[in-house]
This record gives sequence, structure tokens and C-alpha cells, in this order.
Amino acid sequence: MALFNRAPQGPLEYGRRLWIKILLTATFLFLYAPIFVLIAFSFNDSKRNITWQGFTFKYYGIAWNNADLIEAFTNSLIIAFISTVFATVIGAMVGLLLWRFRFPGKTAYEGFMALPIVIPEITMGVALMAFFFKIGWMTANVPWPFNLGPIAVAHIAFCFPFVAVVVRSRLVGFNMQLEEASRDLGASQWQTFWNVLFPFMKPGLIAGALLAFTLSLDDFVITYFTSGPGSVTFPVKVYSLVRRGITPDINAASTILILITVVATVLAMKLQAPPKPSKG
Amino acid sequence: MAEPIVSIRNVCKNFAGGVVAVDDVSFDIAQNEFFALLGPSGCGKTTLLRMISGLEFMTSGQIMIGGEDMATTPPNKRPTNMVFQSYAVFPHMTVEQNVAYGLKVTGVAEDETKRRTAEALEMVKLSHLAQRKPDQMSGGQRQRVALARALVKRPKVLLLDEPLSALDAKLREDMRIELTRLQETVGITFIIVTHDQDEALSMASRIAVMEKGAVRQIATPTELYEHPASKFVADFIGKVNLIDASVVSTKGKILTLNAKGLGKVEFASERPAGSSVSIAVRPEKLKVSKAEPKGAKLVKLQGSVRDVAYYGDTSHVVIEGKDALSLSVTVQNDSRTGEGALARGQKVWVHFEPEDSIVLTE
Repeated sequence: MALFNRAPQGPLEYGRRLWIKILLTATFLFLYAPIFVLIAFSFNDSKRNITWQGFTFKYYGIAWNNADLIEAFTNSLIIAFISTVFATVIGAMVGLLLWRFRFPGKTAYEGFMALPIVIPEITMGVALMAFFFKIGWMTANVPWPFNLGPIAVAHIAFCFPFVAVVVRSRLVGFNMQLEEASRDLGASQWQTFWNVLFPFMKPGLIAGALLAFTLSLDDFVITYFTSGPGSVTFPVKVYSLVRRGITPDINAASTILILITVVATVLAMKLQAPPKPSKG
Repeated sequence: MAEPIVSIRNVCKNFAGGVVAVDDVSFDIAQNEFFALLGPSGCGKTTLLRMISGLEFMTSGQIMIGGEDMATTPPNKRPTNMVFQSYAVFPHMTVEQNVAYGLKVTGVAEDETKRRTAEALEMVKLSHLAQRKPDQMSGGQRQRVALARALVKRPKVLLLDEPLSALDAKLREDMRIELTRLQETVGITFIIVTHDQDEALSMASRIAVMEKGAVRQIATPTELYEHPASKFVADFIGKVNLIDASVVSTKGKILTLNAKGLGKVEFASERPAGSSVSIAVRPEKLKVSKAEPKGAKLVKLQGSVRDVAYYGDTSHVVIEGKDALSLSVTVQNDSRTGEGALARGQKVWVHFEPEDSIVLTE
């Protein structure tokens, strides 16, 4: 029966070709298999965590009671939060500036602004460490949470160019007549920015903020160089723990981190999605 | 003319790189006029409109609206509102929010905003779509949103930048009638920018024809069509046959010309400045006959049919005569049988009354 015959493959229906299917499966496997293994082994009832011994939640409790780990985790979240806020605001302003204005030395500024994206992290880490020592920010006796300052500043410095790039590429699609229409209808510059330009920028801001958040949360190299004895972040802590063997409580903490990132991403996508068209 | 609502004095606009977009333009627009700025693309008509709205600075000159000098008035403080070519409807707002926007940002009370928004939507027949988002609407509907959004502000002058150019032919026809009706009901001065002469002729009460930044002629549609001041205007508004001629002599008001393909012809006209002129005659003013037409004053020419283009109601016929003079003639197809239809190569006579043509010098 013709009804049950599969339609012949169209020239652009790559999704139905075998080699594409294999490629896709392989990609997903290599990307996500390690993560799933990590999550699975966080429930492994074994101290050495090499072979599967049985299901348990107890390492989540152990991780929760590991004061050092929790402190590093809290530090990471605080730094990520602060640097996301600042990087998003600064990045948005830079993105606007680069999109909107022409000024002498713009090309040079653009290049220098984007430098943190391209220079090796190790260079930036060493440079920042030297800088913070020079200005006396990295002394041992700074009380918490002010000892997180250098790391936060470092994270803002390497996160905001990403936000600027995202915001700017979003703005390229903006119809300038919308802004003119707003002015023409009686809105001031400020009202026009908040009512017309800002709503348009929002998806870019959310994407940029999310990028900054994840970049900050999992940064190791720069953080390693700019952290002091009292200001250890989660990735740095995990690194020091792993040297003594991977225990399931690290897996448990990592799983929580993955969960936070996934929830943040889903939330951001929800915020970005246009509302369902109402029937009317 | 009563106190003009818009008065433009010696307005110039130079863009960076020495481009002169608007070159010393001066004219007045009266209250309640439907005024059109007509010209080919790049003639400066949109720049002029944007300077009236305040979205573009002038290089020099003065623009007065309602008797007030607008030199230092930003666009949000001017009594004008604009309908943009791209409509510029805010995509993240509903139709209602779009229309209410101009009232909200200027601090009009909430209940008044509501009432006026509803009125404006009623006026453009969009009340049933008030809660829609622009991306769920057609181009024509979005245009109405843009119109309502501008009209709700009750401007002294409504500026329309190529408002119909993005619509399809049928809708354009409807919108023309709609715009004329709106202008009559709201009693606001409309200034429309267009490159489409049909649009300008059918809607406007007065038209300024622009070319290369300058205004070539300002007149009513009929005057522009029947009494163009220059070859450019005659050619830009409608179709025209321009016949090269040289002045032979003038006797009182009688001008004798030696025209290409026509020989010596006499016109009742002032002596023009130059010796080389053009006789401009519209295709529909030319008559075709098989026999030689009678009448002492008629300008006539024998030629053969070169081309016939059939348009249903009319046919556009090209007839070539002496000296390779080629004339376009519009022939009404008033018989169904096609009797008397012209065929290619046929020998015919073409004639016109001298008063149906005009002698142009520039």
C-alpha cells in the first residue's frame, strides 16, 4: 500500500541519512557519556569508587557535611553571581557602545576589549596574580567574603567581553526605525531605551549572563592563580581533592553543580521564549 | 492662503562627504492639506520629511510648525507624528500597547489613554485584534497599527513615509481610499512622501515634485499634469511625448515652431527664453485616424504603427513618422469586436489640438 511506503529522501533531508545518524549518536555519546557516568557514580556505595557496589544517597550527605567542600561551593556561587551581574552590565554597555557609536580608535578598542577571549588563560591568570600582589589585594588577612574580591574582579574581566559580543550581535538586528518611532511618539531617550531597546536586548542579555555565569562557575586556571588560602572555589577544591583519589562525594557535589547549571539554563530559556500566542 | 501649518524656509541638508540631500527648499503647507512630496528615489524627499519630524537635523534654514520655530525642538516635543516605511510597530507589544505607547510615555491619564486607544483602533477597524502581537498580523494590518499609533496622539501634522510601498497592488488601492477618508474625518494635515505618481495624483490635494534635492514645481494634481513647468515634471508625472522643436518666429501671442517630424506649427504661447524648445503632449491627447484629419489648426502627422501593446481597457500604440519621430498614443478600446483595431505596419494619421499640448523650454 502506497500509504505505508516511506517517502523518498529529499536532497536536503540529511537527518534521514545513515552516516549523519551515526555521527550524531557518536557526538552525543562522547559529550554526555562521561557526565552520565559521573552522575551514576555519585550514587555508588563504594569509598574507592572504581567498581559499582550498590545504590546509595549517603555521599550526598557526606558532601553536605564536608565543610571545606561546602565553603568552596558557596564561594563559587557567590563569585559567579557577582561577576555575572557586573559582567552583564558592563558587557551590555560595551556592546551598546560598539553598536551605536563611531569614535576615534574604535577598531583598536574593539580589539583590546576582546583580548580576554583570545589570550591564553594561563597568561591572564599570571598577569592578574602579579597585578593583585602589586596592589596588595592578595594578603592573607582579609576577612571573608572580601578575600573573594580578586577572583571576582578577574572573572568580571574575562567574562564581560563575551557578554559584549553576544549583546552586540543581537543589536545588529535592531530596526533603528523602532527607536525613531518611539522618539517621534513623545518618549525621551531614557524611556526609549527602557521601553524599546531594552526589551529587544533582553534575549542577548540573558544569553550573555548565562555564558558569564557558567564561565565563572567552572573557571579553574585564572581562579587558581588569583585565589588565596581562604578563598578557594569549587573547581580549585575539586582539583586538590582529586589528587588524593576521586571519592563519590566529589561526584555528588559535581552532580549538584550540573543540576544548578541545567536549572539556570532552562529558566533562562523559559524567560527568553515568546509567550504562547493567545487565541483572540 | 491662511496661516500655514508648516512653513519651510531655505532648508538645506548636506550629508558627510559633500552630498547635498536637500538644497534650499522653501514652501508652505496649509491647515488640512493632503500634501505629497513626490520624486524619484534619492531626491531628498524622505530627508525633508525627517527634518520636519525632527529625526534629522537641518544644515541650515528654518522649519515652523503651527507658527513655532522647531530649530531646537527634539522629535518627542514636536506636534508631528510619523508613519514609517517599515511601519516600525513595536514587536514586543500588543496592538493595544503599541497604540497606547505614545500616550503612556507622555503621562496621559490611564482612563483617557484607554478611551483614546479604543477610539483610534475603532477608526482603523482593528478593535477585534487589540490583543494580537504584530508578528501575527499582515502587512496591511500592521500599517493600520502604525496609523492608529500616530493618530492617537492628535498631531497637528501626520507624516507618512512611503506608506503604501510595502503593500500589494490591491491593498494599496484600498489603503489609498482609506487614507483619504481618514484625512477627511480627522481633519489633520497629512504630508506623504512617495515615489509613485499615481499615489500622489489620486490622494494629494497639492504635490511638490522634487529632483536632486530641489523642489521643481508645487501644484494641484490637475495643474501638474496639464501644466507641467518643466520637461522633468512632464516626464515624471504620467507619460508624455516630448517633440524637439526650434523657434522660428513670434507674432504677438502666436509662436511659430519648426518641430521634428511635424514641420512648421503654430502655438498660442509666450516667446520662450531659448530658441530650442520641446512640445509636450500626453498620449491620450493624441488621436489616430485612417484618413487625413480636417481642421486648419490641427497638428498632424502621417506615420506607420510600430508597436501595439494591449492593456484591456486601452492599447498603447507607438507610431513612427517623418524624421524618425516616434509618438506614443493611448487608444481607448471602446468596441468589443475589435473593429478598427490598429495593426503593426499600418499607415495612419496622428493629430492633436495645439491647446492640448504645452511648449516647454527646460
